Amino acid sequence: MASALINVPPRAKRGEIIEIKTLISHVMETGFRHTQLGAVIPRNIIRRFVCTYNGTEVFRADLYPAISANPFIVFSTVATESGTLSFQWTGDNGFAVTESAKITVE
Amino acid sequence: MRRLCAVLGLLAVAASAVAAEIAPSERRSGYELMGRELRAMQDDDAANPAMLWVLEGATLWKRATGAAGRACADCHGEATASMKGVAAHYPAFDAATKRPVSLEQRINICRVDRQEAPALAYDSRELLALGAYVARQSRGLPIAVTIDDRMQPFLEAGRAIYERRQGQLNLACSQCHDANWGRQLAGNVIPQAHPTGYPLYRLEWQSLGSLQRRLRGCLVGIRAEPYDYGAPELVDLELYLMWRARGMTMDAPAVRP
Repeated sequence: MASALINVPPRAKRGEIIEIKTLISHVMETGFRHTQLGAVIPRNIIRRFVCTYNGTEVFRADLYPAISANPFIVFSTVATESGTLSFQWTGDNGFAVTESAKITVE
Repeated sequence: MRRLCAVLGLLAVAASAVAAEIAPSERRSGYELMGRELRAMQDDDAANPAMLWVLEGATLWKRATGAAGRACADCHGEATASMKGVAAHYPAFDAATKRPVSLEQRINICRVDRQEAPALAYDSRELLALGAYVARQSRGLPIAVTIDDRMQPFLEAGRAIYERRQGQLNLACSQCHDANWGRQLAGNVIPQAHPTGYPLYRLEWQSLGSLQRRLRGCLVGIRAEPYDYGAPELVDLELYLMWRARGMTMDAPAVRP
């Protein structure tokens, strides 16, 4: 499925602080829950989120079992140059999603 | 235990209260009873998690499926035009089965008859996604189910279920949602039960869910045996609730606590 929603302002002034919103579809199964028969439901979470701006890392977050399903991460950065913001989510069971968004800086 | 105490407390209150229908000017959607942060979450399409399902629904809408190899879009075209206001009119009368069907059931009837694909399970991810995508096209429009001679008996059946005491706690829907709305049940405000935003993202569920999931949850809460998904009783109840919320604005897909 189309699993991530990203909101980056398409244009910004140089030096302006921009807000970036990301929402990704993920169950974030904690690993602490049991089925009705007592079997542990294995942990399945996103472990790490990284945002790079033209190849430079500008934001990184480690995620833990207490974080809700469909993690919503909002952060800000300074618009320095036109280019691509790349977003990467990696987690258990080989979960890996990469999305990108373009920004024009004037 | 705390919840049980709260329910028992409510029972005592409910016994003395007369459940009268809520006057039109007194009606409040669940949205109006939420806090500022949750409202902001619902209103911002970049923050509303239900939009993940809407996005998936938009993909499914255009994907050919089943033996007929047809997509929803092949018959219905652009959903933004063809599905505008549709969800606000459901449950609607189905001529084949001679009774009202919910939006989810209508989608499945279309799948089986026109796309020749297997029906989707109620509350499955795909059915919720399609439902959310269709319901999204009715955002901002007034709820308007069509009640005619054919629909009237089902509306009355729905009303009867709403007003009938049931379950081990011996509570009727009306005792909470007509007589005690706005008060607390454990940590939650009791809403008036207007289904303006379904399917909706409930933080407690950590997922999108249908109105029938909500109704079944309520039935379990009053220790009644819940009807199966898609049961005629649940559709009748849906019909009554939508009629009761007639004229109110759709805000699907909504966010609720």
